[in-house]
Amino acid sequence: MALNPEFIGRTYPAGPSYLVGREKIREFARAVGDSNPAYLDPEAARALGYADVIAPPTFAIVLSLDAANAALFDPELGLDYSRVVHGEQSFAYTRPICAGDELIVTTVIENIRSMAGNDMITTKGIITTVDGDPVATATSMLVSRGEDA
Amino acid sequence: MSVSFDSVAVGTELPPAEYTVNRLTLVKYAGASGDFNTIHWNERIAVEVGLPNVIAHGMLTMAEAVRVVTDWVGDPGAVIEYGVRFTRPVVVANDDQGAVLSVSAKITELLDDRCVKIAITCKSQDQTVLGRAQAVVRLV
Repeated sequence: MALNPEFIGRTYPAGPSYLVGREKIREFARAVGDSNPAYLDPEAARALGYADVIAPPTFAIVLSLDAANAALFDPELGLDYSRVVHGEQSFAYTRPICAGDELIVTTVIENIRSMAGNDMITTKGIITTVDGDPVATATSMLVSRGEDA
Repeated sequence: MSVSFDSVAVGTELPPAEYTVNRLTLVKYAGASGDFNTIHWNERIAVEVGLPNVIAHGMLTMAEAVRVVTDWVGDPGAVIEYGVRFTRPVVVANDDQGAVLSVSAKITELLDDRCVKIAITCKSQDQTVLGRAQAVVRLV
């Protein structure tokens, strides 16, 4: 089923804020096997100039994809999530995410297109503090594989 | 530990590394990230949707690949941009070994503000699994 192109440009306001926990960052870092002290040790992070442990560069996906689900699971969009694979991902950081941050994500549907029987949807998650200070953006391109693709 | 902008040039290679991804890694990553898509842990569903086997989360591969950069630069907060294309799935067999990601990287461009652009190559079973994998890092 083709995705509804009328969704291009739609903005989904931020939902409830996400409080970044020190243990959540540690759990994420350990899951990827990364023992960089900036992720695990508050003293090491402070020595680098941060208030507490910082998150690995890809941690922002935990917030951004969750926020994008509001759009992706909209029945009118027509996305069959069981056929979805991740096509592209990029992040741009104003600063690293840090334990203690209280963050919100505004999601914009940047593009929807079809190619070779597959549907592609690009969402941009704009991550800021609850006070509106920019932290990062996460741009995701998901591919919904066509029945014959 | 930090890397000076004055110590690098276009073509400077970062120390390569290998990372192992097995079924336990996938379970841990699913829990830590909240991505419980069944194709990353349920072989029956993965095969039903046309995959050869369970595949790794693309975001897990992306997280492993950038470690070559963050281990080199020391401060992971120095990474100001990072992007990839997921060009080929990383198949994770149900054995003790799993999949091995071989990651290398080199500087491709010197930018303003003591920043450098780094191209990352990530292979599994001798095949590239990430396309256009690039990071921008601010050096001291």
